[in-house]
Amino acid sequence: MGLLTPDSGLLFWMVVCFGVVFFILAKYAFPVIINAVDKRKKYIDSSLEAARQANEQLQQAKTEVESLLAEARRQQTAILKEAAATRDQIIADARNRAREEARKALDETRHQIAAEKESAINDIRRQVAVLSVEVAEKILRKELSTDKEQLDFVNRMIAEVESSNNRIG
Amino acid sequence: MKFVKYLFITSLCLLTLAPQPARAEEGKVDVAGIVFGHIEDAYGWHITDIGGKPVRIPLPVIVKSTTGWHVFSSARLEDGAEYEGLHIAQEGPYAKKIVERNAAGEEVRPLDISITKNVLALFINSALLVAIMLGCARWYKRHEVEKEAPKGGVGMMEATVLYIYEDVVKSCVGAQYRRYAPYLLTAFFFILLNNLMGLIPFFPGGANITGNIAITVVLALFTFVLTNVTGSKEYWKDIFWPNVPTWLKAPVPLMPLIEFIGVFTKPFTLAMRLFANLMAGHAGILSIICIIFITAQLGAGICSSMSLIAVIFGIFLNALEVLVAFIQAYVFTLLSAIFIGIAHPQTETIENK
Repeated sequence: MGLLTPDSGLLFWMVVCFGVVFFILAKYAFPVIINAVDKRKKYIDSSLEAARQANEQLQQAKTEVESLLAEARRQQTAILKEAAATRDQIIADARNRAREEARKALDETRHQIAAEKESAINDIRRQVAVLSVEVAEKILRKELSTDKEQLDFVNRMIAEVESSNNRIG
Repeated sequence: MKFVKYLFITSLCLLTLAPQPARAEEGKVDVAGIVFGHIEDAYGWHITDIGGKPVRIPLPVIVKSTTGWHVFSSARLEDGAEYEGLHIAQEGPYAKKIVERNAAGEEVRPLDISITKNVLALFINSALLVAIMLGCARWYKRHEVEKEAPKGGVGMMEATVLYIYEDVVKSCVGAQYRRYAPYLLTAFFFILLNNLMGLIPFFPGGANITGNIAITVVLALFTFVLTNVTGSKEYWKDIFWPNVPTWLKAPVPLMPLIEFIGVFTKPFTLAMRLFANLMAGHAGILSIICIIFITAQLGAGICSSMSLIAVIFGIFLNALEVLVAFIQAYVFTLLSAIFIGIAHPQTETIENK
């Protein structure tokens, strides 16, 4: 049957055509397309990889920052605590010293006052003594201007002494 | 939109065929003549008949007969005319082929490498394929592939190339897939384009190229040669000393014989499958359309109702043939890839994974 017998002329031309097409496409078309697609695929892969790495680095940086922040916060707390302690210490010291000073000053003042008081008392005493002696002298001089008066006085004195002795005895 | 296109194509198909019954015998539609006239090769490209006169593109006849080389236009051989001792046989084993008469007066076939209808269509389609593919390749040369991906036509071609490359070539051939990718891709696009061009009912399409046994035989031979020439030692060992119980291969080499026959049946099935599918598709569409002209003599009522059915079936068959055009190209490539893969049964495949 005619349909099933390959025609030699067509066979020949088909070999030529397909050969030429194959040669051209295999040399200039398909490798170009496939290489380009491969290149793009590689580029996409590497881009994805780069993105992944960048993300990883970002994550790492984030954790680093976080740890740094935590450390800073911790140090801040420690410093604040230390500062507070120091402040308290200083205040306490200052208070103690002030109290001490105050106490010292007070003591001194007290001593001074006591001394002044004593001296003042002594002075007064002396003056009172002098004064009383003078007064007594004046009174005595006035009262004992007569003999009778002198006698009365002596008697009264004796009586006083006696009564006082009786009171004691 | 596509539906409209198919309607358009089908109506054009009707237009090309419409005048043909006029050539047939009075009152009878020569369906076989129309169908075979279309699916067989011819020395001229018959486009249509206008006012009873055929419009043909005459093609060059190149023949080496006993009297030497002859190159002339096929128009000189029309209607059984003889030129330079050559004529087209009307019947016999060389019907519709150029023959010459030998001394005994018998018709003998000279060496005939004429540019026939199929050869011209082959040239056109090959040029088209090369243009399309080089056009795509040029896009990649003119653009930074790392910055943009092709859109539109180039994008479609890229997707198709990658589909075949990744799904067929890579997965079937094995480790050395890169070496065979250009051949398999060329075969795929060559068959696909010729299939699709064959579905276009008017010039420059419409030639039944991939439905011609000569074409499919050459394609199958390419696969056969590629498979067996590059086949590895293990492949030949598997054929002549396969891994079966010894009594199956000695003393009667039963399995080796079956395997050896298999070497030839593989490409044979490749050729026959493609040829039969495409030829049957063309014959089917043409037969359906011919219903219109057969029923034309049976009255207007039957003719119009049958025409409607024929057009609907024609659309359906055309759509089916578009699918078949792709499937057959795909199947040819897939089986070629598998045969090549079988010819390289290597442990490399496992190592590479």
